[in-house]
Amino acid sequence: MTAQLASKPAEEIALGVHWIGAFDPDLRTFDLILKTANGTTYNAYLVEGAEGVAVIDTVKEEFSNQFFARLEAVTSYDRIRAVVLNHLELDHAGALPELMRRAPQAHIYVSQRGLKLLQATLKDALESYRYTLTDDGDQLDLGGRTLRFVHTPYLHWPETKCTFLVEERILFSCDVFGAHFCDGRFYNDLVGDFRFSFEYYFKHIMRPFKKWVLSAMDKLEPLAPLMIAPSHGPILRHRPMDYIRSYRLLSGSHLPNEVAGKEKSLLIFYMSAYGATADMARSVYEGASAVEGVRVSLYDLQGGEVDPFVDLIEEADGLIFGSPTINGDAVKPIWDLLASLVAIETRGKVGAAFGSYGWSGEAVPMIEDRLRGLKMRVPEKGKRIKFHPTEQELDDCRDYGQSIAELLAGKAKPKVIDFASL
Amino acid sequence: MAKGKLTFADIDVTVTVPAGTRVIEVSEKVGAGIIYGCREGDCGTCLMKVEEGMENLSEPTVLEDKVLKENMAGKDMRCACQAQVIGEGEVKVKPA
Repeated sequence: MTAQLASKPAEEIALGVHWIGAFDPDLRTFDLILKTANGTTYNAYLVEGAEGVAVIDTVKEEFSNQFFARLEAVTSYDRIRAVVLNHLELDHAGALPELMRRAPQAHIYVSQRGLKLLQATLKDALESYRYTLTDDGDQLDLGGRTLRFVHTPYLHWPETKCTFLVEERILFSCDVFGAHFCDGRFYNDLVGDFRFSFEYYFKHIMRPFKKWVLSAMDKLEPLAPLMIAPSHGPILRHRPMDYIRSYRLLSGSHLPNEVAGKEKSLLIFYMSAYGATADMARSVYEGASAVEGVRVSLYDLQGGEVDPFVDLIEEADGLIFGSPTINGDAVKPIWDLLASLVAIETRGKVGAAFGSYGWSGEAVPMIEDRLRGLKMRVPEKGKRIKFHPTEQELDDCRDYGQSIAELLAGKAKPKVIDFASL
Repeated sequence: MAKGKLTFADIDVTVTVPAGTRVIEVSEKVGAGIIYGCREGDCGTCLMKVEEGMENLSEPTVLEDKVLKENMAGKDMRCACQAQVIGEGEVKVKPA
């Protein structure tokens, strides 16, 4: 099957518009983090105009042979007038250096924020090529065919954009609407059932950027594309608007969130070996619950699984983690949950940590470091207590919970601190 | 030693800091909303808005100037990993 797919010719997806990408049916893990039971494709496209040809994206470097063979079958290098780069990750720009060596006259179009990546891809050779840094809405006239650049920042990198072929209403969407699914039948109305791959791709690639996805859909939906040609997986020619609607749905909540409006949601997760961290958790919960405008939820991680908690965390405003210190570290279920938060947006949420310990108590500062790494705010120094808390220490935990909740509710009093005390 | 006042408007916290302190040295410790990427003036993740006291921050280096331009930053923006509080003035910042 691999050889059959590799030798498949370029596919004319519309008059004078060809798919010239590559098949990678044997891939089982993409970018170390994504599983794929069906391999993937690296989709690149070629658009012919009266005044020249545009190549839209390339392929992963090791699949360059497929890409160049298909390109050569439909045009010659000297006809390439433009190379449009929607996204400069290596699975799309891997064949770019060689393409530019073969077509040095081609003019490169990349979004403004893509310049540094373009420099890193082409190194010193970039000096000998011409390039334009595009603005949102800029157009390129190929002679009777117009490419419009639609910037879609953070879908899923800062520099990403889509390219719209105005006359045929084809949207070259790069990673947006992509799926790791390799099928030589090309089109969504012909390939095998790829729905799981489409949703899985969104959840692992686009999910942290839901806010940006929604604003991108506001731009893409009015274009009413007749065909969506992404950079991975099937070309969406049957009911393409359904996939735009699907991205909107995937960017929303599974269930309506009862904590809404001005009320803030604060989640407390804990584990406890001897009950001491559990006692702290209940006191932090009580203190936080006393603050009006904050809804507090308490979860013992021993009774839960990671994925549903990730869903809750995604929509929460504040997170507090309680862990005992065992062997100089926080316990594994806490790390499992914290490691899983890479799939969602956490920046700007308020974070905090507490825990009981016997000897050294490293868990709390280690959790705080992780929360900072997740771009969360950690405004209060964590609460650590040796063995079981006293009544006074439980009061301290209540104060701690209250101060975190007050900050969330916008009720914290202005503070003046000396640098030396930090 | 001269001390300046650095206020993080998003959390209403003011820190008295020795002259020469970089914003990054303080903002994470107090839990302000400014976020960081490379921490060495290359990626522009830590862009912040300077609401008051731009004159009390060190001049941008050539490196920071380049990053500010690449990120189309306004005149009131700086990189928190690069900007240092100078002298005894007051500076007020918030996430961009």
